[in-house]
Amino acid sequence: MEKRNAKAGSLESSDLLVVIDEKKPGEELEIVMHSIVEKQYGDRIVEIAYEIAALKGMDNVRILIQDRGALDYAIRARIETAIERFKKEV
Amino acid sequence: MGTNLLFIPGNNPSMIQNAGILGADTVIFDLEDAVAGDQKDAARMLIKNALESMEYEGCETSVRINAMDTPHWESDIRTVAKAGIDGLVIPKAERGEDIKAISEILDSIPEAEGIYLIPLVESALGVENVYEIAASSKRIRGIFFGAEDYTADIGAVRTKGGEEIFWARGRIVNGAVAAGVEAIDTPFTDVEDIEGLRKDTFFAKALGFDGKASISPRHCGFIREIFYPQDEEIRYAIRVMDTVKEAEKSGKGVASMDGKMIDKPIVLRAMKVLRAAGIKEDFRYE
Repeated sequence: MEKRNAKAGSLESSDLLVVIDEKKPGEELEIVMHSIVEKQYGDRIVEIAYEIAALKGMDNVRILIQDRGALDYAIRARIETAIERFKKEV
Repeated sequence: MGTNLLFIPGNNPSMIQNAGILGADTVIFDLEDAVAGDQKDAARMLIKNALESMEYEGCETSVRINAMDTPHWESDIRTVAKAGIDGLVIPKAERGEDIKAISEILDSIPEAEGIYLIPLVESALGVENVYEIAASSKRIRGIFFGAEDYTADIGAVRTKGGEEIFWARGRIVNGAVAAGVEAIDTPFTDVEDIEGLRKDTFFAKALGFDGKASISPRHCGFIREIFYPQDEEIRYAIRVMDTVKEAEKSGKGVASMDGKMIDKPIVLRAMKVLRAAGIKEDFRYE
């Protein structure tokens, strides 16, 4: 069976690209983050991702975030959109 | 709503987060033409989150939803209405009953109590029905004319001079005024041609429009400057309103100033000047 995946956002300035991939059964949630402001805000971005993933009941997936200096509202919006799209994937 | 309304692409974080400092009286986050068909969900989510967390001080916020012949419009309304929006721009408005339907949806959402509507009239049928549209809901604050789609609909060539939209512009102003709402003119689409923008804006003001939309932040200041009343006009308008109020208080049936009777058109013009100047005026001429 083909693994599910979804993405949202872009690599434009002030935006971020979020890619969600389904993992093998039994594997845990994994968040991978790269950001141009990683030193200052990296922990915060990962924290937001974990918070939304928990809220939406996401486990057994890998969430890859490539951030281009997005503010919190955009980070939340893109992660939420990627999750909604992932859930719609059959 | 004010005199200058600026479109902001609905899926562009860089522009969305700076929208409040671009000089517009009202920003219109665009979920329609500025967003690709497969990105509607992403843009809706982005605007919702922006409205819930950003401060847009000094300007009002509105959203242009998708048209009612698409599958997106109702989700657009239900999402942004709860996020703290001031107004909704309704594209391709052609019938009063459609605006009523949107009003009823808003009535069912407690957070949407104060949300106003700006139907965007941009087709031959819409222009024919402009009064019916403008009078279809108490939520309507103004009618917005969209000349690009309108000229495509009637098969005319769009020009900077605007001869092809002269009649429609007049009908939009007339229908809006008859229904007691404001008229907002179409954007001037050549971003670089400031002299053309100024001419077009002066002409729109002369026709009776209350404001003009724009697609570039560069245009906001010019539009505001042209629509903003002269000091002399503001002083005169304040004197008119003070005189009418004084006459009402003292039980006089007719107010007069400088030896002339102040009749309804003078009061309405004074109210329009004060509105354009951003001066709150709760007086209602009966």
